[in-house]
Amino acid sequence: MIKNPSIRDLARGEGPVTELNVKDQEPLPPPYDKLDEEPPMAALSSSAKERFVNLDNTIAVNIPKPKTKAEEERLVKGFLSGMQKLFNAGDNWTFLQPLVLSMEHCARCQTCSESCHIYAESGHNPLYRPNYRSEIFRRLYFKHIKKEGTWARGDMELNWEAVARLIELAYRCNLCRRCAQTCPIGVDNGMMAREIRKLASQELGIRPKELHDDGSMLQQKVGSSTGMSSIVVKDNMDFIDEEMTEKTGLTLKTPWDVEGADVLLMHNAGEILAWPENPGAFGILLEAAGVSWTLSSDLAAYDSINYGAFYDDVQLARTLILHIQAAKKLKVKKILIGECGHAHKAMTVIADRILTGDLNIPRESWLPFMVDIVRQGRIKFDKSRNDFPVTLHDPCNITRLMGISEPQREIMRAVVPEERFREMTPHGVNNYCCGGGSGFAIIGGHNFPDWRFRGPGRRKFRQILNAFQGEKMDKEHPKYVCAPCSNCKGQIRDMLKYYDAWEKAGINYGGLVELMVNAMPEAKPGFIDWEWH
Amino acid sequence: MSLIPYLLAYAGIVVFVVAVIARIRMFARMPMHLRWELYPVPHEASRAAHGGSYLEEVDWWLKPREVSKAAELKAMGTEILFLEALHKHNRPMWRSSFPFHFGLYLVIAATALMGAGSVLAHLADGFAASGFGSLWHAAVVLTGAVGLAISIYGALGLLQRRLTSPDLKDFTTAADVFNLAFFVVAFGCAFLTFALFDRSFTLVSTFIHNLVTLRFEPVASGQAGLMVGVSVSLLAVLLAYIPLTHMSHFVGKYFAYHSVRWNDAPNLQGGPQEAGIMANLTQKVTWAAPHIQSGGEKNWVEVATMDYKKYGGGEKK
Repeated sequence: MIKNPSIRDLARGEGPVTELNVKDQEPLPPPYDKLDEEPPMAALSSSAKERFVNLDNTIAVNIPKPKTKAEEERLVKGFLSGMQKLFNAGDNWTFLQPLVLSMEHCARCQTCSESCHIYAESGHNPLYRPNYRSEIFRRLYFKHIKKEGTWARGDMELNWEAVARLIELAYRCNLCRRCAQTCPIGVDNGMMAREIRKLASQELGIRPKELHDDGSMLQQKVGSSTGMSSIVVKDNMDFIDEEMTEKTGLTLKTPWDVEGADVLLMHNAGEILAWPENPGAFGILLEAAGVSWTLSSDLAAYDSINYGAFYDDVQLARTLILHIQAAKKLKVKKILIGECGHAHKAMTVIADRILTGDLNIPRESWLPFMVDIVRQGRIKFDKSRNDFPVTLHDPCNITRLMGISEPQREIMRAVVPEERFREMTPHGVNNYCCGGGSGFAIIGGHNFPDWRFRGPGRRKFRQILNAFQGEKMDKEHPKYVCAPCSNCKGQIRDMLKYYDAWEKAGINYGGLVELMVNAMPEAKPGFIDWEWH
Repeated sequence: MSLIPYLLAYAGIVVFVVAVIARIRMFARMPMHLRWELYPVPHEASRAAHGGSYLEEVDWWLKPREVSKAAELKAMGTEILFLEALHKHNRPMWRSSFPFHFGLYLVIAATALMGAGSVLAHLADGFAASGFGSLWHAAVVLTGAVGLAISIYGALGLLQRRLTSPDLKDFTTAADVFNLAFFVVAFGCAFLTFALFDRSFTLVSTFIHNLVTLRFEPVASGQAGLMVGVSVSLLAVLLAYIPLTHMSHFVGKYFAYHSVRWNDAPNLQGGPQEAGIMANLTQKVTWAAPHIQSGGEKNWVEVATMDYKKYGGGEKK
């Protein structure tokens, strides 16, 4: 096991290149300031080590070890073929220019390294530098595709170990692009990681099962990555309507497939199953504001997720088209995207260069839409109902990648007493990823969840603890982490559980709409349920 | 023999210009890519301070966009002149990189001043002897000498970091070392020429004047002439070499910022981007994974709108 692997180590030998060593980590703030009292990180099983390619003693992708020389060669050949296609305008017009810019002009100055939460929290293990995988990809490309001399671009051996590990390594990045923000030249290592993921998926058919088979493919087949058909989702929403009506005292009947509605609301369907109070709160708010709105029961239209955004441009386009066709069919004025960060980015920013003509239906974040309602005073709020410390997590896809950071704060000012709000440091466009970004929150095989809590998620947990320093850290003094994004919320839920943060520090979590309904004087008090965590 | 520096100078300029144009052309002719901006985007005017965008506005597509070109120019200016991003995120490297780059700008400024001075002297008799001419000349000496000195200092600092920093060593190639060493040698030679033989930059000014007026005469004899010749030759080769390497990042940086990072121009129905999008979508997809099901023949529209039964069935589980 190597503590500080070099670039060339990725192609060397059997077994893991290195691992995230918890002993190298900086202690967290109180009450977690004793490193040896933190929960242990589960080990990778020996059967997994035998069967799958092992990069760093955790596994996201499950790449089987080749059994024959022919299989090894097929992997390498397919990788080179995919690499060539990434630089072909027809196959990769989607990212050709950003990719070439990042390939050609990196000065390898490592300015990006410190900005990366994974590298920083790993105790500065070089494997997790944002530029480590990019540099390997560059060296392989210039040596084996462009046939350039290694004196200028550097040397890198090409073998099946290097290919398989590089693909696995593409899933050690949250694609949060914080590193790109710091690059003086504009190199984007987050984009590079996604390009490697694309190559693996689109050419070799290699990607995590959770993103593809159980993710985008399931969504395109039955309508949602949760597995819910339109009948099931309507049943569930009926149940939510009943629950919300009882809980708030305000009648809720979710409208379905209303042709000509002003707004087609799209939720991450995971909310409907895991956090029913979230779609319920949306319904309560939209009804209270008198909005003409609807949900759609068309294929994929009741689930805003688009996992293609994490790994595959073709899958991204297919899901996007399903979303848009549903809106077109209902003749709505716009699509409103609920609390899901990657759905925001996929459907607004990325889709902007895919949709033309009558498919180019306006798509909008729920945040400016709701701010407008708040400003007009269409819903009354009583801030004193949220009389507990609140901190706000900024989902990368909504803030850094879309430039939406003030509306959520304006809403926060309307529903939470000023003295109770704690900004994280840093926040807004300079935020840190929750650690669940780019699909990590749903990748749950082997010991990968432990890795994401101890690695990518640790910086967010550190920020949360820092935001609440000065408060009494026990469950008699509840504190609320507001995470207006389904994937972020899933990661924060799992991470708080890993650290037993409710019992030890009184930290709970939820979305922003829940805080809003909790502050509505018309609703029964106690919408936020502290006991459910 | 005295002709060689002149020929190298012309060749260096030609190669530089052609290579830079070729690089600009390469990036400019690439297809429109997906939107991939990164905030803060400085032209977002009043919202830029908190990293906001027009997407913070309800019904943004119905409202006029507020774009501040002045704010964008200011951001560009501070980044180009002072390497603001490096200053903010990598101060130890900035301490070497800033003098290196700023020195380059000063050397470029000195060269431009000498070239323009040559033209002015040609157009206006007595320019060199005039008060303005003296001021002009002082600016040449100041920018040239200071530029060379701080650029060498910066290049040596960068070289030292490249060779000793544990963060950089594994990522450093032979070319990285060569490139910096080349700067040190070429600029060092020019600085020695200045310090030993040409404190007033008269010889090099004469060389540039000759270059502009196509008079290929030696500017001095003996060691001074040799040093001017060697310096000019090295600088000419360096000029030709830069755009052929990753040091042409001054071109890439423009596209990385304007075409990717700050490119938030919305595509509105019937807008000018639609033609480019349609051209992209009609390109063939040749990706080979089972779920693509293009057969190397279908285009992006056909692949994206394919029925699930056609590509879902072909998937190996």
